[in-house]
Amino acid sequence: MRMTQGTFSFLPDLTDKQVRAQVEYALDRGWAVSVEHTADPHPRNVYWEMWGQPMFDLRDAAGVVQEIKACKAAFPAHFVKVNAFDSTRGWETIRLSFIVQRPAQEPAFALERQEAEGRTIRYTIGRAV
Amino acid sequence: MSPQPAPLSAVPSRAAEATVDLAALLAQSQIGEIFDQLDRELIGLAPVKARIREIAALLLVERARAGLGLTTVAPSLHMSFTGKPGTGKTTVALRMAEILHRLGYVRKGHLVAVTRDDLVGQYIGHTAPKTKEVLKKAMGGVLFIDEAYYLYRPENERDYGQEAIEILLQVMENQREDLVVILAGYRDRMDTFFRSNPGMRSRIAHHIDFPDYTPEELFAIAELMLSHMQYALSTDARLALQEYIARRMAQPDFANARSIRNALDRARLRQASRLFEARAQPLDRQSLVTIEAEDIRKSRVFAM
Repeated sequence: MRMTQGTFSFLPDLTDKQVRAQVEYALDRGWAVSVEHTADPHPRNVYWEMWGQPMFDLRDAAGVVQEIKACKAAFPAHFVKVNAFDSTRGWETIRLSFIVQRPAQEPAFALERQEAEGRTIRYTIGRAV
Repeated sequence: MSPQPAPLSAVPSRAAEATVDLAALLAQSQIGEIFDQLDRELIGLAPVKARIREIAALLLVERARAGLGLTTVAPSLHMSFTGKPGTGKTTVALRMAEILHRLGYVRKGHLVAVTRDDLVGQYIGHTAPKTKEVLKKAMGGVLFIDEAYYLYRPENERDYGQEAIEILLQVMENQREDLVVILAGYRDRMDTFFRSNPGMRSRIAHHIDFPDYTPEELFAIAELMLSHMQYALSTDARLALQEYIARRMAQPDFANARSIRNALDRARLRQASRLFEARAQPLDRQSLVTIEAEDIRKSRVFAM
């Protein structure tokens, strides 16, 4: 089951050239780019592991692409994503976040239903076997 | 880093016998404007300007070649600036980043200026991440390493400078299109540094020596500095300054343009004192702007 989390997730995987172009786009606007990875792609898992610090002071994508490659090489079975944070007043948020690496086998998730009091149904998402 | 060829209006449509008009390419790019600005703002420095012209010519020819479908190879642009203090090494390095960016050789054109402390760590394992962070910051621009010879300290075996040099060498060779490295320092020490690190010397394509300025050039620099600060010399002051330069150059520890800047600052100080003494009368713009001969002649240099 293909995780459709973040930008471009419904498109085919981005090529290296496309990833670089996206990073250039973010750096041109002065956004801080960071790399994160995780083994657990559950939709509620918002805290992925950071790979190094956010790169506030870089002007060019070459440095970022280097870090992305290093993270991919260090964790070939993890999901790896790139975030771009905009610190201008009024935004102060992640403007762009896209997945750059997926493991060969992505886990599947399914809807779990639980009957609570008064026959109401409570839902959650859990791993499908 | 091969520059993208600009649309060549100079190439006629017959592909079989295509020719290129370099003069038209020159007019199309803004290289002429860069040189005029360089001539105006940097006095002297003939070998530096000559080398920049050569690099610009290479750029034009590369564009012409690209227009005719020939392969273009980005040249190695790492440089080493040697010279005495105050000869303009750091100033030119700052300009070089901008110039290379406008010539299309570096992508972003920013300059990261570091010394040994920014590259070398204090304990094992500290150097590599420190150097790599600096290199990442400089990608797409120019890395300027001042007093580069301090990286190499053979007499202290616990020194981690060699590690920084290794990382630099690797990046200078493998990521030539991402980064330009400029080393700077005094001539004799740089020579020693290169002799002990032949790998470094072979990766530097341009060794440029910054000659000492002539007295005429120093005077022109003084006038340029004063005009930027919106001061002017009176006629007598001009003669006084020329005499001052001649005398000061003969004394020890002369730091070329930096000594001139210090001298001008002291002249401004004396002008301010003189105007302050005469504060009973109102001052006009002319008196605030003009530096008189006495402001210069009060210097110790004339007393010796």
